[in-house]
Amino acid sequence: MNDGTMTGDQDGGAAQRFDVTMTVNGIERTASCEGRRNLVDFLRHDLHLTGSHVGCEHGVCGACTVLVDDHAVRGCLMLAVQAEGRRVETIEGLSPEDGPLSDLPRLFAEQYALQCGFCTPGILMTLREVIRDTPDAGETELREALSGNLCRCTGYQNIVDAALAALALMRDGGEGA
Amino acid sequence: MAERRYIGQSTPRVEDDALLRGKARFVDDLTAPGVLHAAFLRSPVAHARLLGLDLEEARAIPGVVAILTLADLKDVLTEERLPLQFISKTLPPDITPYVLAKDEMLYVGEPVAVVLADSRATAEDAASIIGIDLEEMTPVGDLRAAVEPDAPPVCSTRAGNVCEAFEVGYADVDAAFREAAHSVRLSMNQHRGGAHPIEGRGILAEPDAGGGLVVRSSTQLAHEARAFLVALLDLDENRLRVVTPDVGGGFGAKFLLYPEEVVASAAALLLGRPVKWIEDRREHFLAAIQERDQLWEIEAACDAEGRLLGVRGSMIHDAGAYVPQGINLAYNAVTAYPGPYVLPAYHMDVRVGMTNKVPTIPVRGAGYPEGTFAMERTLDALAARVGIDRVEIRRRNLVPAESIPYATPLKSRSGAGITYDSGDFPALLDQVLEAIDHAGFEARRAEAARAGRRLGIGVACGIKGTGRGPYESAIVRVGRSGKVTVFTGAMPMGQGLKTAMAQICGDALGLPPDRIEVICGDTGTIPLGIGGFASRQTVVAGSSVARASAAVREKAIRIAAHLLEADGGDIELVDGEARVKGTNVGIDLRAIAASAHGSPGYALPPGVDPGLEASENFMPKGLTYGMGAHAVEVAVDEETGLVTLTRYAVVNDCGRAINPRMVEAQIHGGVVHGIGNALFEYMDYDDQAQPVTTTLADYLMVTAPEVPRIDVRIAEYPSPLNPLGVKGVGEAGCLPVAPAIASAVEDALGVREAAIQRVPLSPPDLIDLLRARAADAA
Repeated sequence: MNDGTMTGDQDGGAAQRFDVTMTVNGIERTASCEGRRNLVDFLRHDLHLTGSHVGCEHGVCGACTVLVDDHAVRGCLMLAVQAEGRRVETIEGLSPEDGPLSDLPRLFAEQYALQCGFCTPGILMTLREVIRDTPDAGETELREALSGNLCRCTGYQNIVDAALAALALMRDGGEGA
Repeated sequence: MAERRYIGQSTPRVEDDALLRGKARFVDDLTAPGVLHAAFLRSPVAHARLLGLDLEEARAIPGVVAILTLADLKDVLTEERLPLQFISKTLPPDITPYVLAKDEMLYVGEPVAVVLADSRATAEDAASIIGIDLEEMTPVGDLRAAVEPDAPPVCSTRAGNVCEAFEVGYADVDAAFREAAHSVRLSMNQHRGGAHPIEGRGILAEPDAGGGLVVRSSTQLAHEARAFLVALLDLDENRLRVVTPDVGGGFGAKFLLYPEEVVASAAALLLGRPVKWIEDRREHFLAAIQERDQLWEIEAACDAEGRLLGVRGSMIHDAGAYVPQGINLAYNAVTAYPGPYVLPAYHMDVRVGMTNKVPTIPVRGAGYPEGTFAMERTLDALAARVGIDRVEIRRRNLVPAESIPYATPLKSRSGAGITYDSGDFPALLDQVLEAIDHAGFEARRAEAARAGRRLGIGVACGIKGTGRGPYESAIVRVGRSGKVTVFTGAMPMGQGLKTAMAQICGDALGLPPDRIEVICGDTGTIPLGIGGFASRQTVVAGSSVARASAAVREKAIRIAAHLLEADGGDIELVDGEARVKGTNVGIDLRAIAASAHGSPGYALPPGVDPGLEASENFMPKGLTYGMGAHAVEVAVDEETGLVTLTRYAVVNDCGRAINPRMVEAQIHGGVVHGIGNALFEYMDYDDQAQPVTTTLADYLMVTAPEVPRIDVRIAEYPSPLNPLGVKGVGEAGCLPVAPAIASAVEDALGVREAAIQRVPLSPPDLIDLLRARAADAA
């Protein structure tokens, strides 16, 4: 419980502002934020990349998952300042701005793997890493890999099918993710 | 009649592209210049008198603009309490929640005051240091104790903790018991937990210069929200627009106008600045509706062959601390009990009990899962007593195909009779047995047993009333641009509603669905609307869209016939054009629409009124009922109590599938919600009614590894009650899951007579069951 004063150093610098620079979807971006700003809020509210979503703010639901230096992380459990100088990828970077959807999101559409779509960005980013690192993953491995992402709508089956299709595509020489 | 090119096809979802590019717009993706962020001070205890607040320190935090209590809002509010959502002549008037707590706090999480600040973090900092001066009162957490006559009151000003008691039933049930060959008793404790869409609730309320308000809310009921806000804020309807952005799931949690939405709207008017509130997950656990607990005591009688003769008993439903909507959950549950079976006599005494917990309104399924669980457990218990197979007792009691349409003696809450309008229930049961390879189960069981695993199989059925009225709205318009837009009061929250509406309209107008824009839940574009609940929208909005589209089609053909000097019967609508069949003579929708809109001073085509649009508000005569049969195979670890689902099959009647892949996907989601209810999701409170599962780490939602492949087979028995023949499927999937799993677990363990009478079934519960079995054997 804090004592009510959020100025000076009694808050451990939480409200102190920092300029944070990171590479987001290939473009270097800088914004100013409080020390306590988490990465997903920084992306959403300071960089206006609202594609990554916030579902629980305590690291369980996975909706805020983004890639930092190629690894899936919870955007709500990492501070923006910790991403200083690092490479961040979000759903906005998955498909070309004016082109067709890239393979994994396209397969999500083909397999009816999303409904409300709120958890989908985090799931896509989780799978991007899984597909890249474990191209031989089967259904059991994919389900295990998805255990950190909650979806209330789909029951996961079509998500798994989209991921299996992406892996098959990648084995055939496609991009997959 | 238009050719069916899109209805019945799994066309791609029109919603997906934006969602898959991160370009969708959910409420927290929106902002407004000068926006203030709201954070709520909430009751820290389940029952207390509110004596005062110490706001001084909180107000001193830089960035805090205002801290408001109920008294501060009185100038902009007409009422201190929310209106009751559903009409009731029997509920007491003091039963709905306050906009903010007044002098007594009735559940942990009840909003007490709101902080408005220039950032969410600052608002939350301030809310966290407000001092509450309170006098604790006795909390009532246990539902059974709550309804005892000498129980302490949930609210000091109410007469008791039973807000309504009623009876449901028909025929002479006591006589049925006198004739019975067998009878069983069950005492069931059912729990359903929370809704938990991954997007929580949220609102952005933006005042305009004229004293009006634009409200963007993640809600299932835009038009109802407008009606309540108009009444509470004393606004002219024209000054309040409710617009729904993309909604990240609802499942019932957003089918209510909440105190937070009223407060945000009132504060925006009072302060003349936009106000935004985004619920966090903890708040969803504390202050979003749940469905929670029902206690069923049932006595069931059957003849020597296992045919049901009568059921009598009682049910207590946990309403929580307030009743914001009505007693529909309790009513649905007891009227859903007979399910797809012939039940000759029935009597239930129902009490709607109050506790010092957050209110309950329907979560996906809306009482039907509880009724279904109770009936399916009844059948398993009777099967054991009679000594017949669990599938066989169902076969003997299902309403036979030749009795459809089957009028039950019960009424839905609109007063219309509950009539199963189409279907073949025994056929669906047969199909699900085939789908799960029921015939091959004993061989699988024996093989698993050799490897030390215990397998079990369970079968359960359910039937869901869908397509609730009174109506849903649709306007279909071909604009001057030639573009087709469908407007509706129906509310998408993930189902693919826009796709389905575009498919229905597309067939009528000869346009692919992706060339039709569907605008939902915007009170500025369509005057009437009801919203998304009760698996209703494809049925009710779909029928309105079908009829409005047919009217636009007819008019477009009439105008085209005039312009092309052809006979209307020779004209077809294809690919955005009206063509004379067999020729290349045609005219596009844009020119037809321009003709219908007219030019200044010139006449419209003869017999044509202005505009190329039509409005329909389809009113269903009654609910349409879709039956589902489920079968599940489980493996149970006797040492740890772990239940693993190994096979799952569903056959569900959807009347007619508009988009088969979307229907299957709805069933997938429903089944997995049901798996949560059966095995995982438990909203726990301590003995002071303090919630103790307030993170998603404590409250277990189902994740991908727990789910087996679900074999969904769609059955199509068109409903005679709507022009498309459709039935809703949004909730159906979750109905029979828990009783099917319970039955399978018992089968695996060799426990019979429906020993599992409480869900969710936890590993410790299973260990207890095994110990009881061992004790019985000793």
